[in-house]
Amino acid sequence: MRAFIVLWASATLVFFITRLVPGDPAEAALGGPGSQASEEAVEAVRRQFGFDQPLVVQYGIAMLSLLRLDLGSSYALRQPVATILLDAVPGTLVLAVLALLVAWILAIGLTLAQSQGSRIAARIGDTLEIVASALPHFWLATILIAVFSTALSWFPPVSTGTPTGLVLPVVTLAVPIAGFLAQVMRGSLQEALDAPFATSALARGETRVGLRVRHALRHAALPALGLSAWAFGYLIGGAVVVETIFARPGLGRTLLSAITVRDIPVVTGVVLVSALVYVILTLVTDAVTRLVDPRTAVGGR
Amino acid sequence: MTMTAVDGRSVDPLRPPAPPTGRRRVGPGVVLSVGFAAFLALACFAPGLIAPQDPAAVAPLDAFSPPSFSHWFGTDESGRDVYTRVVHGAGSSLVIGFAATAIGLVTALLLGVLAVFGGRIGDAIVGRAVEVLFAFPALLSALLVILVLGPGPVAATIAVGLSTAPGYARIIRTSLLTVRSSGYVEAARLLGHGPARILVRTILPNALSPLLALATLGVGQAVVWASSLSFLGLGAQPPAPEWGAMLASARVYLTTAWWLTVFPGLMIVATTLSATAIGRALDARGRRAR
Repeated sequence: MRAFIVLWASATLVFFITRLVPGDPAEAALGGPGSQASEEAVEAVRRQFGFDQPLVVQYGIAMLSLLRLDLGSSYALRQPVATILLDAVPGTLVLAVLALLVAWILAIGLTLAQSQGSRIAARIGDTLEIVASALPHFWLATILIAVFSTALSWFPPVSTGTPTGLVLPVVTLAVPIAGFLAQVMRGSLQEALDAPFATSALARGETRVGLRVRHALRHAALPALGLSAWAFGYLIGGAVVVETIFARPGLGRTLLSAITVRDIPVVTGVVLVSALVYVILTLVTDAVTRLVDPRTAVGGR
Repeated sequence: MTMTAVDGRSVDPLRPPAPPTGRRRVGPGVVLSVGFAAFLALACFAPGLIAPQDPAAVAPLDAFSPPSFSHWFGTDESGRDVYTRVVHGAGSSLVIGFAATAIGLVTALLLGVLAVFGGRIGDAIVGRAVEVLFAFPALLSALLVILVLGPGPVAATIAVGLSTAPGYARIIRTSLLTVRSSGYVEAARLLGHGPARILVRTILPNALSPLLALATLGVGQAVVWASSLSFLGLGAQPPAPEWGAMLASARVYLTTAWWLTVFPGLMIVATTLSATAIGRALDARGRRAR
């Protein structure tokens, strides 16, 4: 229910934001003022899209068609928005899921590596985390291309269907996120290792590695897990940059080209899809949190 | 090697326990960061002092020279000195970063005050609004603002600022709530001060001081986002010596002239790094003071 309200509010917000875009929407639908559309054509489009109706009516129509999952059709591509999105979503989803997975592996590895008590390891890990989270996607991507495509030619600079083409985009997206996750996790891992239950586990004969993997990591992961929905949003933003650089079809590139030509139905579609993903992810994160931490379960002690 | 003390806290035998009060030694990272920040400030206010050449001076014969003593960071496709352009670009990149953070903080402050002092209805409205805005990832809401305002450096600044506001708003709200229920606010009320005076003179200064550290971190992130927008062609446009725009035009020459990509990018990373280090140090100092 709450998720539905968030979605409805996002749709409303996007509707009114797109109405703020300067210029006649009917002309935009015909390709902008440069297209020299005839007065009759503009008039026809105005009637077709309902731009001659009062704003409230337009809003009502927009919301009703959303309920029917009708996203309208693109101004620029003359295709239903739903088709465009269905083509774009899988590419971005694969990219984002892999990046999140790699980021988690990197973050857990980094956190465990520096929890062994050595000050030098902690210093290096700390520096790595800060540097990783300070790297802008677009620069990291260009540097990775320069090193691994141009100089070493290990991976292609353009990400087409092949699995090797996925490596550089995934790494680009994963590294900054891993930095953020590791920063959050390290603090809570230390807290968990300082907690009385850690001492008692050691006293029961648990090994140091076992203590970290079986007991402390669970606590350390919780705050970072809460960040996952945020991280996914961050990945979608990063996808705009990464898909553009690696010439990879997906939501981000679709959004960027739609923004530059002011293709409002497509922009609305992409924003709603990402809001939907955010809402779903929040629900999933809550469920996983309950799984990892039984204390937060409803009706728990 | 870590030993575990009786109370369950790990103790490092090589490290003396931190003194409970007083100043702690400032780490080398923070010193470096403050130094870099000073360099940036100089680059903003008096770029001619550290880079006397003209950032727009074209020298076609010198095009694509690699880094050397006469051109520290090399030259670009028109023979312009990259070091000079990077230094002169600091101004526009940092102004965008600071202005965006300011826009984000002011918007968030208005939202926070409305939430805490607007009664139950105000809190509910702001709470829901922030929750909805969180469903819009930072770059996505920035792109929506650009859609309305059209591309350009001012639009990019406003876009980045507004997209950071929900995050700040959430923290400001919590901070305001804590301060409002504190003893000294109660004392000010008992002294007969009016609500407006209490808000401006007592609550805001106390609620905002923890934000200083956060805003410093925010400036670093804002520089990254704004340069990303410029890189995508939606912020500052290429002839301008802005870091993101420089990187956008450098992309074509990546295979032949790596220095065009490496140095402006390093400046962005160094800016964000020093903002992070300074922000963390401020945060740690703030925690000790509290």
